Amino acid sequence: MRTRNARTKKRNTTKEKVAGHRLGNDRLIWMYTQMARIREFEEHVKRTFLEHPGAMRGHTHLADGAEASIVGALATRNPADFVMPTYRCHGQPIVLGTPPRKMFAELYGRKDGVCKGFGGSMHLADPERYFPGTSGIVGQSIAHAAGAALTAQVKETGQIVYCFFGDGASKQGAFFETLNMAALWKLPVVFILENNSYQAYTHVRLEDANAQAGDPLSKKAAAFSIPGVTVKGTDPLAVYAAVQKAAERARVGRGPTLIESRFYRLSAHGNAITVPPVPTQFPEHEAIGVYGNKAEYKEAKEKDPLLLFRAHLLKTAVLTENQLKRIENSARAEMDDAVAFALASPLPEPEEATQYVYA
Amino acid sequence: MPREMMYGEAMAAAIAEEMERDASVIFYGQNMAMTERDPMLKKFGSRRVRIAPISETAEIGIAVGAAITGLRPIVELWMSEFMLVAMDQIVNEAPRLRYMSGGQVQVPLVLKAGFGFSAGWAGQHSNCWYHTMMGIPGLRVAVPSTPADAKGLMAAAIRDNNPVVYLHHYMLTLDTGEVPDGDYVVPFGVADIKRTGRDVTIVATGWMVKKALGAAEQLANEDISAEVIDPRTLAPLDVDTIVKSVEKTGRLVLVDQAPRQSSAAVVIAGEVAEKGFGYLRAPVVMVTALDASVPYSEPLENYLLPNEEKIVQAVRSLVAERVHA
Repeated sequence: MRTRNARTKKRNTTKEKVAGHRLGNDRLIWMYTQMARIREFEEHVKRTFLEHPGAMRGHTHLADGAEASIVGALATRNPADFVMPTYRCHGQPIVLGTPPRKMFAELYGRKDGVCKGFGGSMHLADPERYFPGTSGIVGQSIAHAAGAALTAQVKETGQIVYCFFGDGASKQGAFFETLNMAALWKLPVVFILENNSYQAYTHVRLEDANAQAGDPLSKKAAAFSIPGVTVKGTDPLAVYAAVQKAAERARVGRGPTLIESRFYRLSAHGNAITVPPVPTQFPEHEAIGVYGNKAEYKEAKEKDPLLLFRAHLLKTAVLTENQLKRIENSARAEMDDAVAFALASPLPEPEEATQYVYA
Repeated sequence: MPREMMYGEAMAAAIAEEMERDASVIFYGQNMAMTERDPMLKKFGSRRVRIAPISETAEIGIAVGAAITGLRPIVELWMSEFMLVAMDQIVNEAPRLRYMSGGQVQVPLVLKAGFGFSAGWAGQHSNCWYHTMMGIPGLRVAVPSTPADAKGLMAAAIRDNNPVVYLHHYMLTLDTGEVPDGDYVVPFGVADIKRTGRDVTIVATGWMVKKALGAAEQLANEDISAEVIDPRTLAPLDVDTIVKSVEKTGRLVLVDQAPRQSSAAVVIAGEVAEKGFGYLRAPVVMVTALDASVPYSEPLENYLLPNEEKIVQAVRSLVAERVHA
């Protein structure tokens, strides 16, 4: 945690220096605001299973714990850069400006959903905001991200691509094949490996040779002769610094970087897989539910990126307690409104099901 | 003026012409454009014509990502079996992204692959995979049988806004035929009646069209008039043209190089059973490969695959049945 401005007593007006860039207070406040919005969105999703049982179908995956990593990375973004997350895709569009009302309507399978009820939680898409879609199959969207980067390169648009995927995905063939091709073709893409310690229900030590050997997962980059960096994913400023460097490299045509962003997923992999009419909800985190490791989970909760960044902003006097609360309350109200909007939105007409098969 | 061209040449001509007319078309694959002497590389440059590693999942997945963001990639896959290592991208990514996004994106890409190589390639390089692809909503499947169709279907595939699996038959590569000059596009979903007849309808795809035409020639000597239909695209499938032909002939023989239950023939038989049952004067007959992997040795391979003689026998049995009744 940076404490450069810690001595300032009153509201701090100097800029935080990160990776040679000065982040003004407005940027820091923007970062915390986006983190708080993601957290509130996910808390509302979690509560939906209890408060509005049946409103959500299938499987959903939350980004709580990933806020600093997502926001720190996207803070480096130029307005037309592409963003390609996985099926764990609620966080990125919130930062891009997709209305949470349309996102919740999609989660509830409603007509006003961002994908008109055709995709659901795993398949949000908002191409107008440079988020062309996701894959629900682990690892496959890594190749799609490189494809978006190929478009930018061929058309010489100057865009780069932010490609997010999990530690589990880095064991898929798509990961290895794509990183090789992206390096070979010097595609303008930043690969952000979100190491949240669990591949679905399996601890990363049990399924990753680097992790088992005690090495960072960014070591995989060496196989493709590209830079590999491991960064503390609970600190948005650290993520910003690492991603900024990778983004600059991509922008000048030097190709991809692999960034391992380490944080801890604060909820279980997804809601419990149940067969209707058995209701579903979020189970206990795998650390406790599967491995009985309460200490690990407790420690992770103490390193909650929201709490850490909040403390940092207080300490550096960027924001006061009251101002922080105002941001948090406003995020809560925004998501309350999104849920109410989604519940009131009509269901699609059944015969719409045969639309959009072909263009 | 139409020009005499080889089937393989016609496909290549369509790719070059489409790349000329649309700068968003790109072309890449393994073992192509390897030196600066490559004519496509010379013409279109290394941005648009590329060599790829042996990485079908990434090659096709990158094409999907490029397609949803504004390019029209053509991936040279050489052999249709190589698509099998990237099945997720073909059947569960490319055709799903538009639908799952509620129509917000489109996925215009062409997967070009040869199939059915019946020249001693044994078990893993000689098969027919169109059945697997034609049942996936969102995918289109084109299977040209003549040089003209090879060109026109390739042009249509590149201009189509959906993922297209373009399957060319290896055994037709050197066949020559007249190809219309200039802007020639064969629309998808329009079957071609390759030979008209009145006694029996034979539906075939790829190399089997050639076999069916050979059989029809033999049958003509026996005063049996066979109509030969090539659907040209299996998705979309022009069921109407087939049913209309059956209405005229009352008999249907389906010729397919794939093993019976993974053939396009079973799909066509089902459609005709539903939409043309009343026109049938005899049971539908399917002449398909036998249920085994493709063997290496020539007599074994010949025994397994449909040929002119098997088609002729099938038609004779049908016509005889009618005479008998």
